[in-house]
Formats: sequence, structure tokens, C-alpha cells
Amino acid sequence: MAVKTVKPYRFAPRDTVDKFPAPLLYIGWEDHMMFVSPICLPVPPDTPFQALMDKILPDAYGMHPDFAKIDWSKVQWFKSGKPFVPEPAKTLRENGLGHKDVIRFRTPGLEGIGGAYF
Amino acid sequence: MSNVFIALQDTDEARPIIEAILADNPQSQLTHSPAMVKIDVPNRLVIRRERIEEITGLPFDLQRIHVNLISLSGHIEEDDDQFVLSWKR
Amino acid sequence: MDTRVEKKKLSLRERYHLMTRGLGWEPTYQPTEKVFPFTAYEGIKIHDWDKWEDPFRLTMDAYWKYQGEKEKKLYAVIDAFAQNNGFLSLTDARYLNAIKIFIQGVTPLEYYAHRGFAFAGRHFRGEGLRVACQMQSLDELRHTQTELHSISVYNKFFNGFHNPLHWFDRVWYLSVPKSFFEDANSSGPFEFLTAISFSFEYVLTNLLFVPFMSGAAYNGDLSTVTFGFSAQSDESRHMTLGIECIKFMLEQDPDNVPIVQRWIDKWFWRGYRVLTLVGMMMDYMLPKRVMSWREAWEIYGEQNGGALFQDLGRYGIREPAGFRDACDGKDHISHQAWLTFYTYDPVAAFHTWVPSDAELDWLSAKYPESFDRYYRPRLLYLREQQAAGTPVANKNLPLLCNVCQIPMFFTEPGDPRRICYRESVYEGERYHFCSDHCKSIFDHEPEKYVQSWLPVHQIYQGNCFKPGTDPTAPGFDPIKAVLDYYEINNGRDNLWYDNSEDRRNFEAWTAEARGN
Repeated sequence: MAVKTVKPYRFAPRDTVDKFPAPLLYIGWEDHMMFVSPICLPVPPDTPFQALMDKILPDAYGMHPDFAKIDWSKVQWFKSGKPFVPEPAKTLRENGLGHKDVIRFRTPGLEGIGGAYF
Repeated sequence: MSNVFIALQDTDEARPIIEAILADNPQSQLTHSPAMVKIDVPNRLVIRRERIEEITGLPFDLQRIHVNLISLSGHIEEDDDQFVLSWKR
Repeated sequence: MDTRVEKKKLSLRERYHLMTRGLGWEPTYQPTEKVFPFTAYEGIKIHDWDKWEDPFRLTMDAYWKYQGEKEKKLYAVIDAFAQNNGFLSLTDARYLNAIKIFIQGVTPLEYYAHRGFAFAGRHFRGEGLRVACQMQSLDELRHTQTELHSISVYNKFFNGFHNPLHWFDRVWYLSVPKSFFEDANSSGPFEFLTAISFSFEYVLTNLLFVPFMSGAAYNGDLSTVTFGFSAQSDESRHMTLGIECIKFMLEQDPDNVPIVQRWIDKWFWRGYRVLTLVGMMMDYMLPKRVMSWREAWEIYGEQNGGALFQDLGRYGIREPAGFRDACDGKDHISHQAWLTFYTYDPVAAFHTWVPSDAELDWLSAKYPESFDRYYRPRLLYLREQQAAGTPVANKNLPLLCNVCQIPMFFTEPGDPRRICYRESVYEGERYHFCSDHCKSIFDHEPEKYVQSWLPVHQIYQGNCFKPGTDPTAPGFDPIKAVLDYYEINNGRDNLWYDNSEDRRNFEAWTAEARGN
């Protein structure tokens, strides 16, 4: 499919990786809509996946009372909606994560404030 | 059968128009909201110039309804004597 | 004695034909397709332009006469309201935050519409259609002006009104209406009419103006009621242009039907997404409420839209692809949007709050399926945190839908527990969407939406700081830098209503006005 135009119509995509300080990673915490939507963060590709759990996620989600209760051994990960098993010691790139990839994590047993997915 | 509707401002000027609609469309359902009235009629709604003139005793140009009109639905058919909304063409 | 001869007055029909037919000409020294380069490329086939007829049969002379009358009435009210400090009789200053959204997000669209109809009027053939577009172009300019005039009175007393046009081009949530209209204005003239006159004006605008203006009346905002209804009286004419244009295209050639259907699918959904803001205004921002978003959707979306698409069935047009999903959203979108703005209020140019207990009960009654289960506990938690001095604020930037540009907070149709995620890969780049329908809009015209100016990405690209800002400086605060770029006064225009200057002033002024 293509746009109907009177002249050739091609434009460079506006959000390619070269325009950002680091590739963008989108992260969603399932069942916790206090954070409204998945979040968007530039994260260097050589960041170990473990650093997500140690630093990046606590910064982003630590204010939620459920966050401290997370049992990380039970967390389920998804990439583009499909189950995904990250290797914590490897980097994001080695885990196959690139610019504008979306990952989600589900924390079984935790369903937000008052069980209302918040 | 679907309803057509017309919504008019709740003003002095619109009152004879509203009265005329109610008189000429026996199946009208009138809803008052703040500052407006909405009239729903099954399938077809007619506004007749002569009815408005009968109510006010003054000549009336049907295009004057533009001044107090808020919204409507259905297909419109307008001439000098009547203004019709309907779902049939 | 002379006998006076009664001169016969022309009938409406005759007058309309005289004033809209035979006014154009065929170009002689330039080829027609060079003079009208945009009439054919969209694929719409027109065999007889004169078949287009305005059922109102409004001619320019009558147009000026009635518009002049409307203006005189309107300005008398605007003056009286300003002279008599009408804002003191508002139900509550919370209400004004709805008006802030209006002037920030809707008024600039009126101006875009003015430009769009001027363009369409220039590029169509057929004088009847051109005259109708010209009138609408003037109407839209009038709306821009009257809205700026009537809302300007609030700018003297309240925050969040002083810079709407600057904000419109920059602030994250305003990219939603802005990108919507720029999408329409960058289409061909037939798609533009389907987008704005039909899908927006005919199918959806009742949801914007009618409940909203009744809401203004309910909340003592005489100024807004008057401009709203004055604009809305033009709107009926615009709606008529919309449905006539659709019928005109469908009747001219059967090849037009699938093109028009795809436009209806696209623009119904685009418009519906923009109206999320209106749902939120109706359910949360009017201290005295008229009806819920759900009720308004049932009247104007389901009943009225249903009747319309049933009628258009005879041309082979079906209801828009997203219609069912839109109906499914009626229990949720206003709440989801309000929670989003509440938690992002530090970067918005209006105030939010947690509804009072009586308001929560009203919402429970209006939303028996969803409110107590999902949304009341969330609002109560926000209230508790605010009372504890730790209001819930999101400091992370959200993932935006690449088409509607709304943060991806919408949930799966049929499952309000799950955020709806969709994505596409085009030429090696990945794009994310809030719904099947935004995804399908992208997939059909990816070249258009790879250009989306997504505020979150623009912030990360460093394009939303004032010149001279150094993001590498020690202690750099990106939120403050972005607010500075937006020209939102931190602590006055943004943050929650309870501690706002607006609230303090309104309470002091009304106490003064009502006591000694």
C-alpha cells in the first residue's frame, strides 16, 4: 500500500537510532497501570540486562508498593508480546534487543493497588 | 425505523419554531438540556413556514432557523415552505 | 394613478441556482489539470459536478446576513460577561480547566479548518461545492476569532490561558489534535472533506459541542455557551456539507465506494481517538455534569451513527471498521485519560484533581460495569497519596502511538486489565500502535507516518530545549528544561488543582463578591 500523491513521496524516517543518545527501549509492567503506558528510555546497547533489574526498573517503578514485593525468579518476560527468556549477565544487544523494541514483564501474584491493575 | 433529530437553542426566537415542530410532528419526543432543546422524531421531521407564521402572526423566512440551529441528523430537503429531515430520499 | 406591479420574489431554489451555477469557466490558455492539479489524483471519479447541491440552498447574500446577526448577538454577550465579571458566577474554577483544553487543543483546529476549506474550495470543480467550502472556510476563521475573544476574559484572571498557540506546536498532549488535523490538511480535497466534514463534523462533532456547551451552560459559563452555540449553528451547515459530499461521491461512480469506505474507516478512528479528551472533560472536569461520556456516546455515536450507517448501506457503505471497538471503549477511555493526565500533571498546562466522594458516586452510577471495579480504587489511592504529601507523578516518558500520538494507555477491547500493544516493521524500523485501527492506518500509508513528530522522541533527540541549554551540565533537570521550552510556568500553569493559584484566587474573589 502507498500514499497517493501527485509527485514522488519519500521522506527519511524521523526516529532512526542515529538521532538518539542511545537506542530506545520501551518497557511495560503488566497489571500496573499507575504507570499509564509502557515507558520509553534511551539505554546503551552494552548495558547488561541485569542492570535493568538493579537500576533502571527500580528508578522507574520503585515508587509502587508492589515493586519491593517482586520475586524476580518468577518474573515472566515478553518481547513484542511473545515469551522471552533474557540472560541477565549478557547485554541488551546480546539479548537481541534493539532500537524501539518493546519488552514487558509480568509479576505473578501482584495485580496492583486494590487488585485494580493500578 | 431510525430517528431524525434537530437541536435548537432554548431562546425566545426559537420558541415558535419548537412549537411548530411539536404541532406538525405528533410523534415528537422533546428533551430539554441546559440552554438547548432536542427533538427526536421517527424517520421524518418537518418544519412548516405557515405553522410558524400562524403562531407568531408575522412573516417568517425559513432560513432564519440557521440563527438558532445547533445540530441535526438525516437528509435535508428545504424550500420556501418547508424544511424536512428524513432517512428516506 | 399607476398600478403598482408586484415584483415576483425569486424562490429559494431559483436564487440558489442563480448564485451557484454558471459562475466558473473552462480555462483556455492552460490545461485544466494544471489549474486544478488535485482534483483527480485521489482516484475519485466525478462525471457531473453540478449534481452537487446544498440542501440548505444558502447563498452568499443570505450567508452574510445571518452570520452578521450571529456575530452581533455573540459580541453583546461577550461584552456583558466581561463587564460584569461573569467568571465569578462559575460553579467552580475547576471547570476552567476544560476551557483551557478547549483553547489549547480545539481553537487552533478551527484555524486549520479555515485553511483546509480554503484549499478545498480552491481545488474542487463545481461552483456549488466551491461556494459551500468558501463559506465554511470563513466560518472556521470566525470560530477561531470568537473563541479567542470570548475565552480571553479568563486569561486576565487565571493561569493556563496565556500561550495556546505556542503550546499547540510544542506540548506533548497537543500533538494529538495537531497531528490529527495536519494529517487531514495534507490529504487531497476529497479525503479532506471525508475526514473533516463527514467523519468529524457529521459523525463525531455532536459529541464535542453539544454536551460540552450544555455543560458550559450548567456551570455558569455564559461566554462559552454563547460562542459554542453560535459556532454550532454553523456546524449544522458543515455537517450537511459532509453528508452531501459523501453521497455525491458515492452516487457519481461505483469505483468511488471502496476509496470512500477506507477513508471513513480511517477518519472515524482518528476522530474518535481525539475525542478521548472530550470524554475526560465530560466525566471529570465539569463540576456540574450534564451527561456521562458513555451516555453521550450511546446517543450520538451508537444511535445516531448507527442510523447513519444503516442509511448509507444502500450505497454499499458499512459502519467504520473501528465502530465496535469504539463502543467497547465507552466504559473506560474517559477514566484512563484522566488518570494519565493526573499522573502527568507536572508537564501539562492545566490542573487535574481527584473527584469528591459525591462525584465518585456519580461515576459509579454512570459506569456500573467498570468504575468500582477498576477506577475508583485507583482514584482513592491517588487521593491518599496526595493527602500524604506524595502525589503520584510519572517521571518516565511514555511510549506514544505512532499514529494518534496518544500515550499507549488504551486497553485491549474486551479486557480492561491489559494494555493494547500493536506493532509493525517498515523498511527495518519498528513502529508501535495503540490499536488495530491505528496500526491499519499506518500499514496503509507508512510513508506518511514515518514522519510523525512524536513529542517523546523529540525530547530525547534534544529538540525540545531552548537554544543554549546544555543537557550535559551537572544537575541538569530535563523536565524543567522541557517546561521552559514549552513556556509553561512551572508551579502556576501545571500541577494539581488543590494547591493551585487558580483555586486560591477563585475562592478569595468569590468570597469577596458574596460577602462584605
